[in-house]
Amino acid sequence: MNLEVYIAGLGAITAIGNNVAQCLSAFKNEQAGMADITYLETVHRNKIPVAEVKLSNKELAAMTGVSSEISRTTLLSLIAAREALSDAAIADLSSFRTGFVSANTVGGMDKSEDFFIDFVADNSKGKLRNVFGHECGSVTEAVADQLGIKDYMTTISTACSSSANAIFYGARLIKNDILDVVIAGGTDALTKFTLNGFNTLMILDKDYCKPFDENRQGLNLGEGAGYVVLVSEKVARTLKKPLYCKLGGYNNSNDAYHQTASSPDGTGSYLAMKRALEKSGLKPSDIDYINLHGTGTSNNDSAEGTAVKRLFNPHYPPMSSTKSFTGHTLGASGGIEAVFSVLAIRHGIIYPNLRFETQMQEFPFAPEKRFLTGQTIDHVMSNSFGFGGNCTSLIFSRI
Amino acid sequence: MKIYIRSSACISPQKTFGNSNLLTEAVEYTKIRLRAIDPDYTAFIDPKLIRRMSHIIKMGVAAAQECLNRGNIEMPGAIITGTAYGCLEDTASFLTRIIELHEELLPPTAFIQSTHNTVAAQIALMLKCHQYNNTFVHKGISFESALLDAIMLLKENEADNILVGGTDEITDASFTILSRLGLYKRWPVSNLSLFTTSSKGTIGGEGAVFFLLTDKPSADNLAELSGVKAFYKPNDAAEIEQKIISFLAMHALQIDDIDLVITGKNGDLKNDEIYRQLSLSLFNNTALANYKHLCGEYPTSAAFALWLASNMIKKEEVPLVVIERSVKNANPKKVLIYNHYLNKYHSLMLVSAC
Repeated sequence: MNLEVYIAGLGAITAIGNNVAQCLSAFKNEQAGMADITYLETVHRNKIPVAEVKLSNKELAAMTGVSSEISRTTLLSLIAAREALSDAAIADLSSFRTGFVSANTVGGMDKSEDFFIDFVADNSKGKLRNVFGHECGSVTEAVADQLGIKDYMTTISTACSSSANAIFYGARLIKNDILDVVIAGGTDALTKFTLNGFNTLMILDKDYCKPFDENRQGLNLGEGAGYVVLVSEKVARTLKKPLYCKLGGYNNSNDAYHQTASSPDGTGSYLAMKRALEKSGLKPSDIDYINLHGTGTSNNDSAEGTAVKRLFNPHYPPMSSTKSFTGHTLGASGGIEAVFSVLAIRHGIIYPNLRFETQMQEFPFAPEKRFLTGQTIDHVMSNSFGFGGNCTSLIFSRI
Repeated sequence: MKIYIRSSACISPQKTFGNSNLLTEAVEYTKIRLRAIDPDYTAFIDPKLIRRMSHIIKMGVAAAQECLNRGNIEMPGAIITGTAYGCLEDTASFLTRIIELHEELLPPTAFIQSTHNTVAAQIALMLKCHQYNNTFVHKGISFESALLDAIMLLKENEADNILVGGTDEITDASFTILSRLGLYKRWPVSNLSLFTTSSKGTIGGEGAVFFLLTDKPSADNLAELSGVKAFYKPNDAAEIEQKIISFLAMHALQIDDIDLVITGKNGDLKNDEIYRQLSLSLFNNTALANYKHLCGEYPTSAAFALWLASNMIKKEEVPLVVIERSVKNANPKKVLIYNHYLNKYHSLMLVSAC
């Protein structure tokens, strides 16, 4: 068994930046990524704001050198995974056992939607190439092929906690000495399927979302991809660049309350945070920043806040939801927010929770409103909770 | 550490569920779409919930509960599922409504139940199980990924009595699309004579198969799960042979130590070519068995093969209907499963008598 798993590389593409550096600068400038719908073909355009990546499929394809006819989910994944791998700068990747563990929630659904328009009218119609990549695994496979990764790949789909689970599954593959290097995280493009799905649940804010605000009205959907490169101690010793940090704790617990709603006492989120702390050997007071799941829905923020209160009361670390910048990127959110959590340690920063005005009445704490620099951040907790009661917390620690 | 299969439950196109006979009366189908035989779901699921559940959810929840019953375990230490396609029925239903209703006034139920983790989530909900809960969705190795996760959890001492399953459903839409993609035979054949004529295409299937894995020895355990390994896009038959030899060597075995090899033959000429080659080389002197004529081809069908292997070992019998070639030992102690899906995803599982 390997004892430690380190973070050696980061990659992200979101509505606030096409790479990690652009995302960081958007945080500094407090520039959110929400806007009217530009790229997604839907009747909800100009009615529901979303946080789209500011590039068309053609532009994304041009950045990657692959066909613009493939799923946007794959294009986003390839860009962020490549950035992470290049950032890790592992000199001789082929000498290590390398894997790709990626997550998404609806695979190549954007293309399946095109296929279904013709298919519903006539079952013998619809371009088959548009449905060929429907499976979640197809997205991972296409990216692994581009990256030249063959030793191991798999795909996880646990709704909005998917990529947090991918990251700690990747870490366990290293701890169990099955792999030396794992690129882990997730991707999701905006689709009509998810936009309409969340719209039917009536949890989309018609304005820009206000996570953890007393007057929050729901979430904004976003899209993107985020990956970390996990390495074993053996690989870490060969690297010339300094490591970012280590993945010190993790846990996946289930709320077991309702298919889509969180329990009022936040059982699943409480267990995930508490058990992740136990895994890391840390106390609640050791946590210097919580990257909240913080979707902005009445239900999530209330349940998550209750769980935070149960675990951290009376000493609350600074916390914020970066979904106030990126929107809720669903299966990608755990990966993207893992990247932000690691950057918080590296740069000593805390992200602002945009548009926060009124503290929630039920809690004695409020999220951070300003972009803080010069902080000493040793341990960051990142929360990702999803449909099906799937709750996961990760803890990143300075080395 | 040894990993044991404590119990299993299998819903498939055969009479495999709640049946103490091991495939003694195989169900014959003269069609290319095999539907799983539904048990009485009211015995496992609240009737109020059954109406809203799609086929894959009902199959998954019932198989999981029956597996727990058979293992005499009320609360599993973790729930892990593998599914390549996820909840196809609800996905197609919501997609169709989006188009037909022009994105307005859609009912939410199909969307809510379309997420790939629905089966694992519904099991957790039914049991009020707050433990580890994961779902793997990687094409032809979704189930093998779930198994690997379970094995690691046991080795890490994170959990015991891990409920792990493979589920996939075949729907009107998926059957039509996969037919158009050329996966299936163009004319109906009898599944029981699937391997007597060679032609293009296979028969489609579905199912839900669950296992309870533990590291605690017991006379009641079905078998030992000695190993699982997946590999991707091997270059040629020689590389596949090498992978099998080294997998066996990892467990200090040679091919002559294996009493029976279960292969993923599915009746499609191209698919079966590697099995044909191996039957003349590495598996030349080995007893061979098939299973996909019974459950049909689907991406998590390896779970059916594992169910077959562990129950053959426990019952010390090899059903006639699975035998391809000369079973030397009617009481197999070591069974190797070699399956591939569309020549891309290959997997090996080694199952041994306890």
